[in-house]
Amino acid sequence: MSIAINQKTCVGCKKCLSVCPGTLIKLNQEGKAFIKYPKDCWGCSSCIKECQAKAIDFYLGADIGGRGSRMQVEMKADQVIWKITETDGTIHVIEINPKASNQY
Amino acid sequence: MKKLQVKQLETDVLIIGGGTAGCYAALTIRENAKAGVIIAEKANIKRSGCLAAGVNAINAYIVKGQTPDDYVDYAAKDADQIVRGDLLLTMSQGLNRVTKKLEDLGLVILKDDNGDYVARGNRNIKINGENIKPILADAVNGLDQVQVLNQVNVIDYIVQDNQILGAFALGVEDECFYIIKAKAVICATGGAAGLYKPNNPGFSRHKMWYPPFNTGAGYAMGIRAGAEMTTFEMRFIALRCKDTIAPTGTIAQGVGAKQVNSKGTVYETKYGITTSERVYGTVKENQEGRGPCYLRTEGITAVQDEELKKAYLNMAPSQTLKWLESGKNPSQQNVEIEGTEPYIVGGHTASGYWVDTKRETTIKGLFAAGDVAGGCPQKYVTGALVEGEIAAKAAVDFIANQAVSDRAWDEAAHTKAKKNQVESILNHENPIFSTAELEEAMQKVMDTYAGGIGNNYQFNEKQLELADEKIDQILTLSEGLSAADMHELLFVYELKERLIICKSVIAHLRARKETRWHSFAENLDYPEKSAAWLKYVNSKQIDGKLTMIYRDLVKRGETFEHRN
Ligand SMILES: Cc1cc2nc3c(=O)[nH]c(=O)nc-3n(C[C@H](O)[C@H](O)[C@H](O)COP(=O)(O)OP(=O)(O)OC[C@H]3O[C@@H](n4cnc5c(N)ncnc54)[C@H](O)[C@@H]3O)c2cc1C
Ligand code: SF4
Ligand code: SF4
Repeated sequence: MSIAINQKTCVGCKKCLSVCPGTLIKLNQEGKAFIKYPKDCWGCSSCIKECQAKAIDFYLGADIGGRGSRMQVEMKADQVIWKITETDGTIHVIEINPKASNQY
Repeated sequence: MKKLQVKQLETDVLIIGGGTAGCYAALTIRENAKAGVIIAEKANIKRSGCLAAGVNAINAYIVKGQTPDDYVDYAAKDADQIVRGDLLLTMSQGLNRVTKKLEDLGLVILKDDNGDYVARGNRNIKINGENIKPILADAVNGLDQVQVLNQVNVIDYIVQDNQILGAFALGVEDECFYIIKAKAVICATGGAAGLYKPNNPGFSRHKMWYPPFNTGAGYAMGIRAGAEMTTFEMRFIALRCKDTIAPTGTIAQGVGAKQVNSKGTVYETKYGITTSERVYGTVKENQEGRGPCYLRTEGITAVQDEELKKAYLNMAPSQTLKWLESGKNPSQQNVEIEGTEPYIVGGHTASGYWVDTKRETTIKGLFAAGDVAGGCPQKYVTGALVEGEIAAKAAVDFIANQAVSDRAWDEAAHTKAKKNQVESILNHENPIFSTAELEEAMQKVMDTYAGGIGNNYQFNEKQLELADEKIDQILTLSEGLSAADMHELLFVYELKERLIICKSVIAHLRARKETRWHSFAENLDYPEKSAAWLKYVNSKQIDGKLTMIYRDLVKRGETFEHRN
């Protein structure tokens, strides 16, 4: 389980650093975020929810059957938009209304 | 010589851990008293602890037609009677009150046309739990006189003559050594993950169910300080979706999927349906060659597929990612399940501090709430909130009744010793072993000799004896660990906490000479359960030695309060 941070897109806002429940993300000397302890990631998705620059991809490790798809999420007040991009470019989008309860 | 800067703080109530119970304790104090509050949280209260990714339902609620007493009976039956009737009842009585409060704070709860909550089975209600932690955190951040110290990890209590005086902590980001003095302390650090070799020991080693960052600090600090602890032998093993270790309740209860083996046979009838029996059945089916086991989702509707994917995004997004990546929806492929490594978690089973009905521990002025508190299983989110509320009110009362002169302590000596200990780790040179290596060694010992996944959760007396011996060796080695920076220092403390808890788990497993719960505590030398063991196994460290204490059950209608 882990995340990958695209340093070109990262704007160094530090939001992911402060929210990670394991404090696993740090800033490098160029002021860009990197995950210092990738094997320690719990996969909680808190960091991708914070990153407005969409610089963080969430993926499943190969050891748990991951196939390289990348997941991001955009948090809006009235809409949570999850986007999953497969390696062949196929994109899945799932929109969730945060005001609607789970049906299960 | 590396030295740490010292920060001294003083408050009325120190809350250790700003998770579910800790945040609610702060809200309760502000509603009931003027007392000053500090929350020391190792991460950031916005997304720390169990609630980080969101939760799928309120698992503990008294739905229409049920009573708090029914809840007590259910939890007692599930744990085969090794529970505290008084704690379960006081918890159950508050469940609906805290749920209403959560709704007022902004949690979305599903309602029917009459405006009543929609029940999921006998005890659950349906919600959108994605933002449950930010909701709590926002409420806490808006309070007066509640100082939240994020990224401050508590490493030890300050206790004198069995009374709590505060705690020592490490500022991981500001690189400081904190001395926080308090008149009362509420411990709400959650349970302990990472004691046993996990399901995915390689790259995804932290893709576990319980937060890997809840390392059991509260248990370890209590054990070290001589607090009485209960029922560490009732380990919690969760039945989860394979690989992603995502919860299964949403599938099982949501779309009514049954557990089936590889032959398609529903096996729950054979083993029973308590929490431990469901795990045991799955282990047995695998052992006897009928694995893997699944939740039978094949054939559900397309609408159910879509709803499941959304529900998982709201609490365990990796499972939805897995469905999408594999190109197969749950309707097309049953969901494979497996048991997790054992955790120690007082919100699901009954391990933790031995508390009275006010959630006071055996250390004066120290209260415990949530997964860290024992005797009261099946707490879940709402039970943790209720315990935070009870502990908060009791802490406020405690302060009001306490004479100030009681609190003299030898501050200089205490602080110097602790600071030296911390700094010495930063200054050790050339250690042979790293913290990660010793963690791996610990998890392997627990897996092999104390009933981990690799041994189908079973053990015998000889194995436990070996486990104890080997954990002792690793404890000795841990004294030589070094840390190059604050984060590594945190890793050293986390490992030491886990080792202390391992010792207690082993001692408790050895003490209960029966098998009351399959898988949770399955002693092959005593494969049957016995009425003689209808009692609590407790422990307390006296003069550096863990001493077992056996206590009679406190049944529904009875109460236990500390004397003195
Ligand atoms: C993945 C998952 C899903 C769940 N889903 C549900 C569900 O759907 N419904 C339900 O009712 N229940 C659910 N539960 C159970 C429920 O969430 C927990 O029982 C409850 O939240 C525990 O609350 P707590 O306050 O004891 O622990 P937490 O909320 O975990 O709080 C502990 C806090 O202490 C902090 N901490 C730990 N050590 C230290 C230290 N040394 N110094 C400072 N701070 C420290 C942690 O960072 C954390 O913030 C789920 C649990 C998990 C793990
Ligand atoms: S939140 Fe995004 S932009 Fe901000 S520091 Fe993290 S990766 Fe960079
Ligand atoms: S997914 Fe969670 S644990 Fe992993 S880096 Fe992001 S915030 Fe941290």
